[in-house]
Amino acid sequence: MIDEPLYPIAVLIDELKNEDIQLRLNSIRRLSTIARALGEERTRKELIPFLSENNDDDDEVLLAMAEELGVFIPYVGGVEYANVLLPPLETLCTVEETCVRDKAVESLCRIGAQMREQDLVESFIPLVKRLAAGEWFTARVSSCGLFHIAYPSAPEALKTELRAIYSQLCQDDMPMVRRSAATNLGKFAATVEAPHLKVDIMSMFDDLTQYDQDSVRLLAVEGCAALGKLLEPQDCVAHILPVMVNFSQDKSWRVRYMVANQLFELCEAVGPEPTRLDLVPAYVRLLRDNEAEVRIAAAGKVTKFCRILNPELAIQHILPCVKELSTDSSQYVRSALASVIMGMAPALGKDATIDQLLPIFLSLLKDEFPDVRLNIISKLDQVNQVIGIDLLSQSLLPAIVELAEDRHWRVRLAIIEYIPLLASQLGVGFFDDKLGALCMQWLKDKVYSIRDAAANNVKRLAEEFGPDWAMQHIVPQVLDMINNPHYLYRMTILHAISLLASVMGSDVTCSKLLPVVINASKDRVPNIKFNVAKVLQSLIPIVDQSVLEKTIRPCLVELSEDPDVDVRFFASQALQSIDHVIMSS
Amino acid sequence: MSGGDEVVAAPVGPPQPLDWKFSQVFGERTAGEEVQEVDIISAIEFDKTGDHLATGDRGGRVVLFERTDTKDPGLSRRDLERMDYPISRHPEFRYKTEFQSHEPEFDYLKSLEIEEKINKIRWCQTANGALFLLSTNDKTIKFWKVQEKKVKKISDMNLDPSKTVGNGCIASSSNSSCPKPCLANGGSSDRSCNYFGNDFSFPPGGLPSLRLPVVTSQETSLVARCRRVYAHAHDYHINSISNNSDGETFISADDLRINLWNLEISNQSFNIVDVKPANMEDLTEVITSAEFHPTHCNMLAYSSSKGSIRLIDLRRSALCDSHSKLFEEPEAPGSRSFFTEIIASISDIKFAKDGRYILSRDYMTIKLWDINMDSGPFATFQVHEYLRPKLCDLYENDSIFDKFECCLSGDGLRVATGSYSNLFRVFGCAPGSTEATTLEASKNPIRRQVQTPSRPSRSLSSITRVVRRGAETPGVDANGNSLDFTTKLLHLAWHPAENSIACAAANSLYMYYA
Repeated sequence: MIDEPLYPIAVLIDELKNEDIQLRLNSIRRLSTIARALGEERTRKELIPFLSENNDDDDEVLLAMAEELGVFIPYVGGVEYANVLLPPLETLCTVEETCVRDKAVESLCRIGAQMREQDLVESFIPLVKRLAAGEWFTARVSSCGLFHIAYPSAPEALKTELRAIYSQLCQDDMPMVRRSAATNLGKFAATVEAPHLKVDIMSMFDDLTQYDQDSVRLLAVEGCAALGKLLEPQDCVAHILPVMVNFSQDKSWRVRYMVANQLFELCEAVGPEPTRLDLVPAYVRLLRDNEAEVRIAAAGKVTKFCRILNPELAIQHILPCVKELSTDSSQYVRSALASVIMGMAPALGKDATIDQLLPIFLSLLKDEFPDVRLNIISKLDQVNQVIGIDLLSQSLLPAIVELAEDRHWRVRLAIIEYIPLLASQLGVGFFDDKLGALCMQWLKDKVYSIRDAAANNVKRLAEEFGPDWAMQHIVPQVLDMINNPHYLYRMTILHAISLLASVMGSDVTCSKLLPVVINASKDRVPNIKFNVAKVLQSLIPIVDQSVLEKTIRPCLVELSEDPDVDVRFFASQALQSIDHVIMSS
Repeated sequence: MSGGDEVVAAPVGPPQPLDWKFSQVFGERTAGEEVQEVDIISAIEFDKTGDHLATGDRGGRVVLFERTDTKDPGLSRRDLERMDYPISRHPEFRYKTEFQSHEPEFDYLKSLEIEEKINKIRWCQTANGALFLLSTNDKTIKFWKVQEKKVKKISDMNLDPSKTVGNGCIASSSNSSCPKPCLANGGSSDRSCNYFGNDFSFPPGGLPSLRLPVVTSQETSLVARCRRVYAHAHDYHINSISNNSDGETFISADDLRINLWNLEISNQSFNIVDVKPANMEDLTEVITSAEFHPTHCNMLAYSSSKGSIRLIDLRRSALCDSHSKLFEEPEAPGSRSFFTEIIASISDIKFAKDGRYILSRDYMTIKLWDINMDSGPFATFQVHEYLRPKLCDLYENDSIFDKFECCLSGDGLRVATGSYSNLFRVFGCAPGSTEATTLEASKNPIRRQVQTPSRPSRSLSSITRVVRRGAETPGVDANGNSLDFTTKLLHLAWHPAENSIACAAANSLYMYYA
């Protein structure tokens, strides 16, 4: 029998095979503890083989195991024994659940990166070769992600073989394997020597780009940018650029969509001249694509693209498209544009922004679709840096007011979130005139989430403009509303008060806020009363001890004798915290 | 028929009509036995290799069968195929396993009962020796993995298993004897492990008294596990699911929409076809069936209740509301009647293996379409023309809305579909073939068959369009026996590589070979 102090660890070990998956998971997550209890040698000789056989468990357990084994080198006795970890991970590389395989590959990479060169050649590379020749596609899929670890330490002959194997994987029967080869090509290419890169890797790349299956081709697009960065600019222009330009006119919108997302990355690799000659026209085509999804992707990259180009090119070629997109028939295109267009301002400079971009901002601010307007408003600080807010402010106000009164509460919620940002950009004067009333109005919204957000907003405004301003522009209005006939609105005000108290400081709290709260404790609705108790509890750290004893405690004592059980409960909770504070002081 | 003598010369003439023989029956009814509603088979599907067969029933169960005759120790299948004589053996299957795929449910939001009946089964890519399939009822698609699992018998535990059930038990049971460490362990598993946190030092050689559990038994059992559930994406009843050749995606179609899924992502799908009109009163046409092209991952076809088939290209746009090709038969002038539209509704479509042809089944015919020819069907076969005068009765008892499936042989030379009285028909569709066989789903498939030579009414001698009519009246009806509309053979499947058909008659699965 096991000694008593070993009980927990013994249980942990036994539960590696428990019926209950939660217990097995728990044990697997504590694998390092088990390993330390067994010692390095027994971990190598018993625990690891045991895990290798434990390969038909549930996915969650396998996933946890794959993750744990990735950091297991210290527990098997250090780097010189790292190869004992390979067999269980090799099995996990073959399971059919993708997330388990991915994790196993990740862990193998992590271990491989630490292994000694000789061990890599003796055990890691053979593992990669076994997986690449696996009977089931799952093993071959996994192998693709390991080449970049195996390749650098391989002797010359083996390197040639590995390249040949990868080329085979690029032509595998199974589209899943080709996809994995396409996805990992960039990583592998980064480890391959320049001469082979130009020949072997480029021919694999060409194979992948010519597949009939969209899903393979669109992953090859991702490889374009990665490969482009590895090649010399002239090679990139010669090999990658034509492929990318071709892809930008591919029959499949999904491929064009990928190009729209990746194109700007290639610009850096090919240099300014080819960019101007080939990539800008390609990008312009994508901005005018027939398929809305492609235009969405292209529109979303407008700012990144413009930053790479010089301003004249951007103004000459991109800006006209942006103008078209701002009136696109798809609201999602306009929305994608609106979320990035403000960032173009710095790239174009002040004059172009005022002449050309500003009208677009203004038309997007009037868009019928609220998301578009919101996206513009959310990035207001960027345009402020370039042209100042004055030019926009007149158009801004109607847009904000309209959003503030939108019939969808999620839209109202979104605009509330931006009010502090707007306040900081627009300044106190503008805010007082136009937006102050709105902020109060939201406190009386029909939807709880809006009232809740409005209360938070009031607090953030007080932080932004300072207690003195708040004392004048917020506190009186908020306190006024405590007399609202509906108890739910009164509750919002209580919530706002507790939030404001922390910003306003002790004096204002005691003189202005506290009396209102105390008064509310006589409300006829129990919900208000126990919320009073909660608010009072939250005020404890803010006010000083005399107020605590003279005002808050008597009120709470009264509430703790209330007929309602909830009121009594929260009152006694609050009283306990008072006692706690007084005891510790 | 000189071409029949030599295999090499086969292309010269049409293939000989097949001589169908009974092979097996599963779930045969004894005389007078009542069929339980839940046992009625509602889906049949062979996997890609033909080594497995799955059936689904109205009770939400999926039953798997596996082939028994392929495991030849000496010869590989390829060797056998190379031999000059035909293989004498025909596919034989045995029961493999079954599992409950769907349960009856109730949608509380819509006050709607969702029955458990399996509408369709589709096999997915095999991996690691495990079988994968998709099954669907009206609303929910499920992804199943069926695998041999070792039955674990654990021995050599550290603790007496009778005393310990979980972490919680230990703490409490050992409290009395050893209060100190156990108090530190509390009762929860988390804390018991924290006790051995990083600051605890184990002796460098480990603790020799600890043992790993030993798993003994090597017995295996088949286990079906539901891996993913694709739910809440269909407002209407799902009529089809179909895997894509890219191995990554599949579609599901209901009356008005087709959704595209990634097999690995169950919480989102993309709507690719939506035929729902803004105003439901303008609805004139619904989707009845949809299938991916067998090799081109971007193409799919769907059929409609108006008798048309649309081919769409996923590459063209994200929303494929406009088709790239439309196949429909021009209406013959003057033939219109009350039933025209009802019987034109296509109940099933299937791509041929090469993807060039599409087979469709409407109430009275099966039609073969060449996807390169959208002027009309390449061939039409009458399934039960003798019912035409009875359409009125069939309408009255709702039989006219029965949804018959159709299938093609692996070589694309023949097609088959079901009819009433548990009959099914096999037609040769190779140019010049006159094959039109009627078989009955029973142990003696040709019992009721009348050997009336079929008269091919060839409108053109060229291969472009051949209209043939099969044996028009089965003997039973000619003899005055009334047709049995309750015994209908809706579901059948052709083995992908051999001439073998599996078909469902109520709760029984009949297999035939030729």
